[in-house]
Amino acid sequence: MTSAMTLSAPPTPPPRGAGRFQRWLYRSGSGLFLLLPAAVPILLLSVFPLVRGIYLGFTDARAGYRVTTNFVGFDQFAKLAHNALFWQSFRIGLVWAVSVTVLQFLAALGLALLLNADLRLRWLARTLALVPWAMPPVIVAIMWRLLLDPTVGSLNESIRLLHLGEGTLNLLGQANSALPTVIVIGVWVGMPQTTVTLLAGLQSISPTLHEAAAVDGAGTWRRFVSVTLPQLYPIIAAITSLDFIWNFNSFGLVYVLTAGGPGGNTMLPMLFAYHEAFGYGNFGYASAMADVMVVLILLIMLAYLPSRLRRSR
Amino acid sequence: MNRTRPLTRAGQYLALLAYLLFLGYPLLWLVSISLKGARELASIHPSLIPRSLVWDNYRIALTDQGLLRSALNSVLTSVGATVIVIVVSVPAAYALTRFRNGARTAATLWILISQVFPTILIVIPLFLLLKSFGLLDSLPGLTVVYVVWTLPFALWMLMGYMASVPQEVEEAAAVDGAGRFRVVFSVVLPLLTPGIVATAMFAFISAWNEFFFALVLISTTEKRTLALTLAKYVGSEGQLQLGPLAAGSVLATVPSLVFFLFLQKRLSGGLLAGAVKG
Repeated sequence: MTSAMTLSAPPTPPPRGAGRFQRWLYRSGSGLFLLLPAAVPILLLSVFPLVRGIYLGFTDARAGYRVTTNFVGFDQFAKLAHNALFWQSFRIGLVWAVSVTVLQFLAALGLALLLNADLRLRWLARTLALVPWAMPPVIVAIMWRLLLDPTVGSLNESIRLLHLGEGTLNLLGQANSALPTVIVIGVWVGMPQTTVTLLAGLQSISPTLHEAAAVDGAGTWRRFVSVTLPQLYPIIAAITSLDFIWNFNSFGLVYVLTAGGPGGNTMLPMLFAYHEAFGYGNFGYASAMADVMVVLILLIMLAYLPSRLRRSR
Repeated sequence: MNRTRPLTRAGQYLALLAYLLFLGYPLLWLVSISLKGARELASIHPSLIPRSLVWDNYRIALTDQGLLRSALNSVLTSVGATVIVIVVSVPAAYALTRFRNGARTAATLWILISQVFPTILIVIPLFLLLKSFGLLDSLPGLTVVYVVWTLPFALWMLMGYMASVPQEVEEAAAVDGAGRFRVVFSVVLPLLTPGIVATAMFAFISAWNEFFFALVLISTTEKRTLALTLAKYVGSEGQLQLGPLAAGSVLATVPSLVFFLFLQKRLSGGLLAGAVKG
């Protein structure tokens, strides 16, 4: 836990020294020149693109030479409102992001509780749990494709060996199973980070709270519900929100796994907008889609976070 | 505390075993395929343990011109981005933690915002911007994008480490008459080194693993990064056999994994500790 504290607040310096220190600090300039090397690329390549990206949604921007871009107000959004394919993709995106976030949280909480208990093989689970976090998403996708492949994969042979069926499954290639399969893989990818975060939260709960509850006669479950969970609420709120945003915005994993197929069954909004922008060159239209995604993420966060944070008090 | 009952213990081990299987089995399968010969891969009864260990796949992957070229491109962009990120963010982190002005709020706000917005929103203007600078489909262009992409988190981490360097040390040095640059270079930097190393590793992993920007910004085959080339191999351009593909995937994971295991201790919970308590 000591290492986890490195990013928390420093001990406050004695006030009388601080004033003199600040004067010494400001003696040679206000320190803004120290910020400049970071500020220039941030303003040019992050803030400006962000603002322009939002703005592009209100234009008819297209790819290509000598194309003029005009401001068209809400035209793109009006067009988008009638684009059934986009809304279908949006639904898929929500199903994907919510399922992965929820399942990943439950799985991670379970693993974190196990890692917090005094078990053998804990080191192995700890190390293994970090591997998916470190792997490039593209490699993760390749790995799962090899695992689930109908011929070189392990799945069908296992089914045959266990006499569970003929073993002709193609989980990623069949319309009804593609999305659930992709969701399971999404859980595999995102679980480690959530586990590590929750584990840190678990370890920062003071044991005296548990002891007090035990003295009062609370059993394991009761202690979990009335001590562990309330203590974890702020961390749960933070990590599930971040997970949701990351999942909703994820691209590489599903792009390599299914490329949105079969039949658009795993076409996440990011993939949809990517095809619109770089497949058809409709930059304005794709930006409008991204704008809609941002607004909906913000709305969901606004609905979710206050209620979570209130419970944590 | 009270002792765990044997039945509960058994349940816990069973659950742990299930987790180990879920987390570890796909990895084992990847390694297994990377060690199988072409003939065994064609067999209709694949098994986890290869009948005979074949290192050919690794030899093919390590001599494949496309893969080697992409690996070099990945090293260049990741190392380049990491160096620039560190050079740029260490002074910024110092200024943001020590000076009391509005910049800190602005920086925190930007860090948060950059986490929420989908990359698709930023990538179109970036594409247009790089095109107007003639940096589209170029490794320097991609490197610059990676700098900005990893900067929020690097800055966040460094600000955390910086805050844990006691200000008293600087004050003492200042009282002894050292100038500000002396203080920063000979007092602050040595104390900050572990934090800088951790941040550099993190920046490297982020750039090494990145795929989306490379997909959009790079179009020439010779300029592809490793992630991009492997993704193309597994897709419609499947020129590589499955065995070498698996071997290449294992090799491509090694750099991130090695750095990550180093980082493990620091990462344990530290990332959100600041965010939650802040």
